[in-house]
Parts: sequence; C-alpha cells; structure tokens
Amino acid sequence: MAASKETVLEGRHFINGATACAEGAIIAGCRFFAGYPITPATEVAERMAERLPHLGGVYIQMEDEIASMAAILGASWGGMKSMTATSGPGFSLMMENLGLGLMTETPCVVVNMQRAGPSTGLPTYVGQGDMMQARWGSHGVYEIIALAPSSPQEAMDLTITAFNLSEEFRLPVLIMGDEIISHMTERVVIPPADKVKIYPRRMPKVRPDDYLPYQPDKDLVPAMAPVGEGYHIQTTGLTHNEKGYPVMTSEAHQKLIKRLVDKIILNKNKTIRVEEENTAGADVVICSYGSSARIAEWAIKEARAKGIKVGKLRLITVWPFPEEKVRAAAKKTKAFVVPEINNGQIALEVERCAAGNAKVITVPHMGGSTHNPQDILESIIRAVK
Amino acid sequence: MENKISQHPLDEFIRQDRMPHIWCPGCGLGTVFSGLLNAIIKSSASDVALCDEPRPVGRETSPAGGGIDLNKVAIVSGIGCTGRIAGYVRFDGFHTTHGRAIPFATGLKLARPDLKVIVVSGEGDLFSIGGNHFIHAGRRNVDLTVVCVNNSNYGMTGGQCSATTPVRAVTTTTPFGNFEAPFSLPHIAAAVGAVYVARWTAFHAQKMQASIARAIQKKGFSFVEIMSPCPTYYARMNKLGTGLDMMKFYKDNTVIANEVKLEDISITRGGKIVIGDFIDKDRPTFNDLVEEMTCKFTPAGHAKPSGEDKQKLELH
Repeated sequence: MAASKETVLEGRHFINGATACAEGAIIAGCRFFAGYPITPATEVAERMAERLPHLGGVYIQMEDEIASMAAILGASWGGMKSMTATSGPGFSLMMENLGLGLMTETPCVVVNMQRAGPSTGLPTYVGQGDMMQARWGSHGVYEIIALAPSSPQEAMDLTITAFNLSEEFRLPVLIMGDEIISHMTERVVIPPADKVKIYPRRMPKVRPDDYLPYQPDKDLVPAMAPVGEGYHIQTTGLTHNEKGYPVMTSEAHQKLIKRLVDKIILNKNKTIRVEEENTAGADVVICSYGSSARIAEWAIKEARAKGIKVGKLRLITVWPFPEEKVRAAAKKTKAFVVPEINNGQIALEVERCAAGNAKVITVPHMGGSTHNPQDILESIIRAVK
Repeated sequence: MENKISQHPLDEFIRQDRMPHIWCPGCGLGTVFSGLLNAIIKSSASDVALCDEPRPVGRETSPAGGGIDLNKVAIVSGIGCTGRIAGYVRFDGFHTTHGRAIPFATGLKLARPDLKVIVVSGEGDLFSIGGNHFIHAGRRNVDLTVVCVNNSNYGMTGGQCSATTPVRAVTTTTPFGNFEAPFSLPHIAAAVGAVYVARWTAFHAQKMQASIARAIQKKGFSFVEIMSPCPTYYARMNKLGTGLDMMKFYKDNTVIANEVKLEDISITRGGKIVIGDFIDKDRPTFNDLVEEMTCKFTPAGHAKPSGEDKQKLELH
C-alpha cells in the first residue's frame, strides 16, 4: 500500500522536528490525534490540530495524558491510525494505558520529546532520561519497540516507520525524541506519496463466526477485526485466551505473555535499525542516539584528526536493544564511548552486550543542554590511553 | 408433562461460554445486565414504543425511534464488578483499565461515529479514579451513554468506601463510619452538561430499562445512575440484610421526583432515595461543532477498510 497523494506535502521544507513528526504521521495514515499540551511536544499537537480536520481526521485535546493514551487506543480499535505526543511528565501518566495497548495488541504511536527530569525538571531544555522508562515504565513483563530520531528528517521518517511497525506487530510503538530534535528547524524532504510504503491493518481472513481475536498468525501476530461489523470483538487487559476471554491461570498467562514477548524478540531483524560506520578495527566506537549522536559528530571528527580510529554505532532502534550489533562491534573495538543526556542508561545495555570484550566509558550529562563536544572528545582520548 | 425451557430470550446476546458470571447471589448487577440488554434490543427496533412508562410531562417530544444496528453497539467498561459486563455481552466489548473507560470510548466513538458506544461501569471506576474523564466528556458532549451502577462501595476488592458511600456508613476502610460526604452523581452529570440524566434503582427494572433506552437514543452525553445492592459487603457491613431486603428497601424508600434540585439528592445512610428522569435537553455535540466549524467531520471520514483490505473483507 502506498501513501495517499492528497495528504502528502511532497517537496523540500524548512520545519522543526515536531512538525516533521506530525507530517510523518499523516503520511503514514494517522487520522486521530489525542494529546495534552506539554513542552516540548506541543508543536506536534498544534500541527495535527491544523491538519487533521481537513483530512477527515479527528484532533482532540484530552483532559490529561492518561485520557490521551486511552483515547488513541479506542480510536485504533475504531479503525483509525492514532497517535499522541508528550514529554516526561505526560509519558509517566501514559504508562498504565501503554500496558493496556501492549496487552490488547493495539497499534498506535506514542511520541516522547524528552526534556530534563525527574518531575517538572527543565521543561524547555533537553534530556534523554526516559530511555529506560520507555523499556520498563509500565508494570509487568513485556517487550516494546522504540525508535530514536536524531534529526527533523528522521523524526518524519521514523514516525512513518513507527506506524508501520505498530501495524505489523500490533503494539504501541514509541518515538523517543528529545527537545532538540523537536524544536530544531532543518531541511526536511517529504518524498512523493507513491514512494512511501504503508503497512495496512491485518484484517481477518475468516468469517466473523470463526474469528478468534487473539489467534496469532505464523509470525505470532493476530489479525485485528474492525468494530461494528459483527465480529463481536472481545478485548481485556486481563490475561486472556485466543477468544479474548479472561483466563485466570498461570498457564494462560505464560502462554500469552510468552507470545507477546516472542513476537518482538523473534522478529527483531525486522525492527532493528542502526547507523554503523568504521567499527572494524576501531580504537573506540561512539555508541549514541538522538541529539547526543549529533553532538558526538564533532568529537568523532576531531579525534580522527588526531589519528584515533573512531567508529560509530548510532542506535536508531533503541528497543528492542540491538544486542547483536553491539556484541559484534565489541569484538572489533577496544572501547565504547556512550554519550547520553542522563546518568548512563543505554550505557548499561552496551556494557551488558560488550560482556567484557570492550570497555565501556559513559559520558553522563544530567540534562538541560547537550554535552559540550569537548567532553566527548576527552572521553575518546581517555578510552585509548 | 415436563415443561422444558432451554432458552432465555436474551441468550442470543449473552456470551454463554463465559457463564457462570462472577457476581454474588443477591447482587443487583443481574437486573441491570438484563435491563441494559433489553434497552439495547428495544432500541434496535425501528418503531417500538420504548417503554410502558409514560414520559415525564413536558418531555414527550424527546427523541424516540431507535432502529440502532446491533452490530454497531460497542460496550466499554473499566474495572470492577460492573466492569465485567463488557465481557458478558455478545457485542463488541472493551474491558479497559481502571477509570479509563470514558476516554477509551471517546476515541472509539470519534473514530467511528456510526457506532453506538455505551460505557457501563461502577461508581468507583467512573467517579473516583475516573472522575476527571467523566466531567470532561460531559463538557465536550461526546455522543456517549454512560450507565453507572452505584453499589456504594468497592465490591471487587472487598468492600472499601467509594465516592458515593454515605456519611457514617461502614466499609472495610471506614470502620468507624465514613467521614467523607458522597457525590450526588446526577448533580455532577447535570453540572457538566449531560443532555440526559436519570437515577433509578435495581428494583425499578422497567423504569431503568426505559431510561437506559432513552439514554441510548439520545444524541450527546447521556447518563443513567442505577443504585444497586451489594449484599456481600455494603449491606452486610451496614446491617441492611440480604439482596432481597435491599430490593425491599429500594421499593419502600424511593421517591420519584423528576423536577428536583439535584444538589439535594445525595444518598444518605438509611434515608429516602430520590429517583427519576431529571434532565432531558439538547445542545450541540462535539461532532456537531467540529462539523460546523471545519465542514470536514463526516462519518465517511473514518478509516473504512479500503482497497485491498476491503476486498479481503468481502472474501467471505
């Protein structure tokens, strides 16, 4: 399926990441946006409020982020591709219903333009402190998909990807952007509609009477029937069987949760994206993501000018964690340097996967600005000593 | 001769493979359940007289009709004893998180304006944890029907006090009696702009059914509160007897008053319960205003399965 021509603003634009994210959603077919104003993600909502009514879509400002997350789940079951956008405090409020989306296998996209936290923190300044919350923030056992754009262009591209992955694997997919990516204005090229592939909803191929809402296909993902067509869909956040009926046993839970986890883990090759450069024989590999990865570029150049062999492993998919990529790089390099605007979250994953084959040097930053690139350079120099 | 009855008239609309249900003997939810189903089924007939009850004077003109498509009925509920209703009905059913049925239903309804979306949940779900969503959905006048079963306590978790537990009533978390004033739910619903507001009890089966049918057919945010006995906890702890005793209590201690000051009808411990059809009015819905201001909101605007998907759907 290709994107629709009327809705795609093909051409070169000079827009910020939030606007690019909204345009990406519209290209992907998103026609429902529910949100609550929060810096630095409000611009996504504002763009959607302007665009959606002209596309037969719905924009609604909800009373809080709990309601926003609930509304996009409802809209998704109503057959509209749906999205919300928020930042740290709102992301915290969304966690319970994110779990409902995972449990009921509801496709949708949640954008987090991260700011410095905890609590209200620094609303208008950058942070990357929610990376582990993205992975573990809702209660219980689950796997999730999270993508981290590092430019307005990628904010658009990855939002389209997020919608496609959410439909393919039937779950809420997270865009883990940050304040810099949201507010930075750059050139964004929107491709012609027919060049954008859209993953359509998995419709059931059986009669309503034979339809089991949670009977998975071979790739462990079940088809999703439209409401109001006599399929008599049953969904619940309780542990359930193929019919969607609650079953309160450990065995049923084991079976369901194992499938929900496996559908992400076993399909990793379809979701993992990294940008890898010169990792073979590198003295140091910079492993980063989002706006931190851009700041690291200067340090990489300077270090190379000093004769240090520096490789790059930029994480585009952060969850599921690109374990194989990091493991392979760990065997080809002496050290990883991991700059991120937190006290070392993704660094823990890098360390786990490096498994002693390469040392891991964190470059922490508590948030409120990007790293001084000089600090990253110094970490590189320290790593090769 | 043996007189065999193997079918209940509502069997077709109940997921019999989910029976037995979880509700206790004497619980009012069975009555509400059948009242809700009958109201939906009656609303599906195009020319049916909605109920045997005459409409309140001055409100004879409120919309009748019905003709709703049973395939387009969706039941959304939150968590709790009442929340289980969504899973027992043979409609599209969504059992969501605690307190969040209304925002979920809002998304569903706006994405599919052709659906009849009915939220059925308890007072703890809708007015304690979910109170904020209720007031905003009312303010927006999203076209939803909310049926709140008020049993004065949290039944599923074992009888704790709720936002409607009367002052002095005993629950497991108010062992000395409740210190907090309860909500008057119709008062809240009216204040936030609901276009239809009613309160009945599980004893008033016919009136409750007619009222739910009216609410379903009303365009806009409609609200029906149903007082219901919880013999296992609330009635036992407050020495109100069995489920049957509570039904008798409802019979003897209710006053039908359609024109009443809603702020005065909070439930008190052992006091009279004012019931009736309190509000029936019209005002523009969320969708009406979107359509008026953008000229773009049409039911056709929703993402109908198109192209290839539609073909797939039509295969059978």
